[in-house]
Amino acid sequence: MIVAVASGKGGTGKTTVATNLAVTASRDYSVAYLDCDVEEPNGAIFLKPDITRDVPVGTPIPIVDQEKCTGCGKCAAICQFSAIVVLKKQVLTFPELCHGCAGCWLVCPEGAISEGQHAIGRMQSGRAGAVAFSQGVLDIGQAMSPPVIRAVKSAMPPADMVFVDCPPGTSCPVIEAIQHSDYVLLVTEPTPFGLHDLKLAVETVRKLAIPFGVVINRAGSGDSNTQQFCRDEDIPILAEIADERQVAEAYSRGLLACQASSAYQASITAILKALRREEKAT
Amino acid sequence: MKELIVISGKGGTGKTSIVASFAALSQSVLADCDVDAADLHLVLSPDKISSHTFSGGKRAEINAEKCTACGTCAELCRFEAIAKTDPATAGAALYFRVDPVSCEGCGVCAWFCPEKAIHFGPVVNGEWYISTTRHGPMVHAKLHIAEENSGKLVSLIRKQARQAAEEKNIPLVLVDGSPGIGCPVISSITGADMVLIVTEPTLSGLHDLDRVADLAAHFSIPALVCINKWDINPDMSDHIARRAEERDLQVAGRVRYDTMVTDAQIHKLSVVEYGDSGSARDIRAVWRQVETELNRPR
Repeated sequence: MIVAVASGKGGTGKTTVATNLAVTASRDYSVAYLDCDVEEPNGAIFLKPDITRDVPVGTPIPIVDQEKCTGCGKCAAICQFSAIVVLKKQVLTFPELCHGCAGCWLVCPEGAISEGQHAIGRMQSGRAGAVAFSQGVLDIGQAMSPPVIRAVKSAMPPADMVFVDCPPGTSCPVIEAIQHSDYVLLVTEPTPFGLHDLKLAVETVRKLAIPFGVVINRAGSGDSNTQQFCRDEDIPILAEIADERQVAEAYSRGLLACQASSAYQASITAILKALRREEKAT
Repeated sequence: MKELIVISGKGGTGKTSIVASFAALSQSVLADCDVDAADLHLVLSPDKISSHTFSGGKRAEINAEKCTACGTCAELCRFEAIAKTDPATAGAALYFRVDPVSCEGCGVCAWFCPEKAIHFGPVVNGEWYISTTRHGPMVHAKLHIAEENSGKLVSLIRKQARQAAEEKNIPLVLVDGSPGIGCPVISSITGADMVLIVTEPTLSGLHDLDRVADLAAHFSIPALVCINKWDINPDMSDHIARRAEERDLQVAGRVRYDTMVTDAQIHKLSVVEYGDSGSARDIRAVWRQVETELNRPR
C-alpha cells in the first residue's frame, strides 16, 4: 500500500506524521519511506538513515553539434519553453528552462542535436533501522523538482507499506508526488489558513480520484471549522492529534514525536489501523 | 521603490502572518506570490477591482474523429501523458487520449501526429486580481487546481504590483512568497531588493534556512532572517543566530510564540492590529529593523 502524506499548507506536520508512521509500521510490516519534498527534505533529520547509495538525477537536454547545424530554426519553433533559441544562425540552449520533451532533437532535419543530461539533483537511499529510506535533493538554483520526485518514486523498493512525504502546495510537484498512490493522508491544522489550504488539497486529490482522509494536527489550537468542513464533505478524520508542547520540543531537536509523547504514539497507531482497514476494503 | 520578498524555505513558519502585519505597519503594495496556497487574502479581505485570466502555457487534445490510433503520440510523449482509451468506455472506436494533469504542454505529440489530429492551444491556468485592502492595493491570484506554470504567474503578479506602486507613488512592494526553493520561489526573488527569511528554531528550520539562504546568495539578493516562535527552543534560536552570523546574514529580530497569532487569524486581522501582545511588539521591532535595512544605501 502506497500512502502519500500531503497538505496544502506547509508546516502542518506532514514529515512528523510520515516519519512516525514509517517507524511504527516497521514493527509489523516491511516499510519504505520516500522523502519527495525534494526542495526541503527533512525526513532524514528524524529517521537518521545510513545513506548507502547516492546518485545524480538529470533531465534530458539538447546537445547541439554546431558543425552540422544550418540555423534553420525548427528546434526553436517547436520548443515551448524558450530553452533553445536561434540568433543569427547560432543556436543557444538554456538547460535550466528545458523540460526534456525531446522535441528539438526529433525535429532537427540535420541530425545536429543529440540527447544529453543536465544534473538537477540527487537521489539518496539507505536504511533507517527497519525502514528502507530514500530521498530526493534538488540542487540550489534549479527550478524543476518533478524529475527528482519521479526519480525517487521510480526507485521505490518493494514493501508492504510505502510512505511518501510530499511537498506543500497543490501544483506540479505535489501532483507528481501523490500520483499512483493508493491513499492520501491530508495533514492539516485547525486554523483559517490550514482550512483554506486543506480545501485546495481536497480538490486536488479528488481530481486525481485517489481515496483520502484527514489528520487534524495541533487539535485544539484554533477553531472547529475544520471538523465541520470534514463532516459536511463526508471526509473521514483519521485522527485528531492534540497540541502538545513536548511534541513541538522533540520536533525542534530532530527527535521522533512517538518517543516523546504516548498520546502522539496512540494517534499514529490509530492512523495505521485506519490505513490497514482502508487497504482491506479496496 | 523597493521590493521586499518574504520567504522561508520550510512551510508554516509564519510568513503570511508577518507579511500581514508589515502591511499594517507600512505604506505598500501587497503581492501574494504563494499562488499554490494563497492565504494573505484571508487576513486582508481584499475587494477586487479587476479580474483577469492567466494562461501560462498550452495543452494537447486529441480529436477522436481524426485519430487513427497509430500510437505515434504515445510513443513520443516523455511525460506518460497519453494513453489508449478503454474500448469498453470509449464506445466502438479506440483512440488515444491526453491526461491533462500529466501533459507538460510541450506540443511534441501535435507536431508529429501524421493525421494532424491533435489540437495544441493555450489553456487557462488560473486567475489574477487587482484589489484594494485597508492597507493598500493588493495583487493576488488563484492557480487552478493541479495546474502548472506557477513561476510565470508569480512573475506576472510581481510585475503588476510594481506597476501599481509606480502609478500610485507607493515606496514599497511587499511580497508573500511560497515555501521551498524551486520554480515559484526563484520567480519570486530574482531581481528583488531584499528577502526576509522567516525561520523557526527547529533542526528542520535550520536545515531549510541554509538551503533558502544559499538560493538567495545564488541570485545575489541581500537577505535578512527573522526567527519566529523563538522561545519554543531558545538554544536552537541561538544556534540559528550564530549560523546566520557565520553566513553574513543579519538577524532582523525574534518573534515569541504567542497564541494571539492564531486568534488574530481567526478574527481576520493581522497580529499588530489585533491588539497589544508580546508577538505584536516583537513584529513591530522586526519591521523597524527591516525598514532600516531596506533604506540603507547599498
